[in-house]
Amino acid sequence: MMDYILLAIVLAPLAGSVIAGLFRNQIGRAGAHWVTILGVAVSCALSLYVFYRYAFGGAPVYNHTVYTWMVVDGLRMEVGFLIDRLTAMMMAVVTFVSLMVHIYTIGYMAHEEGYQRFFSYIALFTFSMLMLVMSNNFMQLFFGWEAVGLVSYLLIGFYFKRESAIFANLKAFLVNRVGDFGFVLGIAAVAMYMGTLDYAEAFARAPDLARTTISVWGDQAWSLMTVICILLFIGAMGKSAQVPLHVWLPDSMEGPTPISALIHAATMVTAGIFMVARMSPLYELSETALSFVMVIGATTAFFMGLIGIIQNDIKRVIAYSTLSQLGYMVAALGASAYAAGLFHLMTHAFFKALLFLGAGSVIIGMHHDQDIRNMGGVRKYMPITHWTFLIGTLALIGFPGFAGFFSKDAIIEAVHHSQIAGSGYAHWMLVAGVFVTALYSFRLYFIVFHGEGPRDAHAGEHLRESPKVVTVPLMLLAIPSVVIGYLAIGPMLFGDYFDGVISVAAIHDTLGEIHFEDAFTFMLHGLTGIPLYLAAAGAFVAWYVYMRRPIIATDLATRFDWLYAILDRKYGFDAFNQWVFAGGARLLGKVLWQAGDRVIIDGAVVNGSAHSVGWLASVMRYLQTGYLYHYAFAIIIGLLGLLSWFVIR
Amino acid sequence: MIALSDYLIVAAILFSVSVAGIFLNRKNVLLLLMCIELMLLAVNINFIAFSHFLGDVAGQIFVFFILTVAAAEAAIGLAILVVLFRSRRTINVADLDALKG
Repeated sequence: MMDYILLAIVLAPLAGSVIAGLFRNQIGRAGAHWVTILGVAVSCALSLYVFYRYAFGGAPVYNHTVYTWMVVDGLRMEVGFLIDRLTAMMMAVVTFVSLMVHIYTIGYMAHEEGYQRFFSYIALFTFSMLMLVMSNNFMQLFFGWEAVGLVSYLLIGFYFKRESAIFANLKAFLVNRVGDFGFVLGIAAVAMYMGTLDYAEAFARAPDLARTTISVWGDQAWSLMTVICILLFIGAMGKSAQVPLHVWLPDSMEGPTPISALIHAATMVTAGIFMVARMSPLYELSETALSFVMVIGATTAFFMGLIGIIQNDIKRVIAYSTLSQLGYMVAALGASAYAAGLFHLMTHAFFKALLFLGAGSVIIGMHHDQDIRNMGGVRKYMPITHWTFLIGTLALIGFPGFAGFFSKDAIIEAVHHSQIAGSGYAHWMLVAGVFVTALYSFRLYFIVFHGEGPRDAHAGEHLRESPKVVTVPLMLLAIPSVVIGYLAIGPMLFGDYFDGVISVAAIHDTLGEIHFEDAFTFMLHGLTGIPLYLAAAGAFVAWYVYMRRPIIATDLATRFDWLYAILDRKYGFDAFNQWVFAGGARLLGKVLWQAGDRVIIDGAVVNGSAHSVGWLASVMRYLQTGYLYHYAFAIIIGLLGLLSWFVIR
Repeated sequence: MIALSDYLIVAAILFSVSVAGIFLNRKNVLLLLMCIELMLLAVNINFIAFSHFLGDVAGQIFVFFILTVAAAEAAIGLAILVVLFRSRRTINVADLDALKG
């Protein structure tokens, strides 16, 4: 029974995608959205059923292989499903957000070309993401990992006639390749030292290898577990956009807004967090790797938030916010608070999808103008979008009682209790990040929804609330954004939800050190902490600076123009990559082309051999006089020569 | 009594004359054919001389074969020559340089 349910969950979106993609002309626009929404709805309903069985019904862990692709020297490559409470949660989140985005897309893409193509892609994404999270082995994980990357590439370049979109999707693809290189090396190391690609077997063998050292180069001894974990994490850095592989995510906003919500905020970018949590039995064996993870996460959380303050594109502000929140999740993983990271993943999926779809609703109203300087006073025209966006913003900054409050507070507390190297730095980065989060979130909220009406009065005349297919998903996402934190924090973080799924070594058990009675007292405790007041201060500063005294913002920008320049250039990552890696690769290509291809291969080998044969022939042709007596003479002389040699020898 | 060496000397002279004929002749293809025939005759003399002095008849029988083949060859050669003359209007060796590179 379970087999069929799981197969249906995975294959229903794939079927929808194939039908919408291959028969787009036959089924038309309406047919395309019906067939994909049906597929994802089936998948979502069954996922929620599975989630219910695991979360409340106490169903046993399901770990079966459905298909063996090949067996090479004892290494089995299989397709299989591992369903436990972690997977069930991910499946529910992925399919629910995906379903919301599918419905929303009907409204957002109503007047766009490539409607069927778009639905085909997002349904394919749902399939890929489900393959990723439901996998029971590294092979299938890698398949899903690459498949979501492919769909991301296709969708960032959805408007393939726009130059910037093509640049952005190529950039995303290349940066992800860098991460995937580490990831595939990590998987190879697992296969090499553990001799298996199956999660359960690999985790069972890992403790025996905890003290194994290898030499990567030279005589330096490296801990095997550290090497594996850091290599796998490099993959996560690419997919989950951590410094310094984060550069693709802001540019991915070239894609349509529903994609920004689904792939580049709620689900795909969290694949790295999911992967690290899934590999917790490995990460627990390497404190170095955990420190590395934590420092990277905390750095991303703070510094990427700062950039968000000065962005003027509504989607880019939210994109930097996503980077910053992913940093929080990664920092939680580093502190061994895997449950807190996953908890934030879940709450973030809801409120970030809500924020993006809300932003998309505003963009529809503004006729696809994304510059916040042209907006303002939108709340009068779009009440539903305004209220749901406000809920998303409050959830994001951690307003007490909203989803983000519980997850973010738990992360900060867990990092505070962590004892591993770098935890002090990480803690202060995360606390400072709370202020920054509130500042950029409310800056966006105030500039877009309050203040003077749209700059272009003409735009104001057409500004009205979006259709129901847009607002209904907003409202449906707003509900979990408010309540999910309060409901889920008890069982997920401090209860037994993740028992047997995530393993935490006793010395790293930072969540266990947090005092917790119930969600309400946790909330009251949060009222006494610094983060809440920092968030309030951030919101107040945003209101004061951008609503009351807009002059302060421009004044600060001119007075601290060096700081503004650094943020505006995004710390120079883009310029550096563009100059060193892209430029270096082009230079190398040019050298290989000019010297290697044109001179050596074309010049020396191909044309060179033809030339030398031609030269030899041009010399030899003078011997061919065409006169018989010359040939006869040559024969006789040759005969004479050979004979004399024969005789004299 | 004529010695074996005398026969061989005659044959060698004949052969040399014919080779020299091939080299020196710049005019006529007919002469070339005649020189080739002369070469064969020089070889035939060697055959007969050895056959006689070794008391083995096989050599003389072989000469008959060579003469027969040479006659056929001469017929073909002359026929080619006629065709050549019809197409090129010349049998001057210096003009027949179609193989020139």
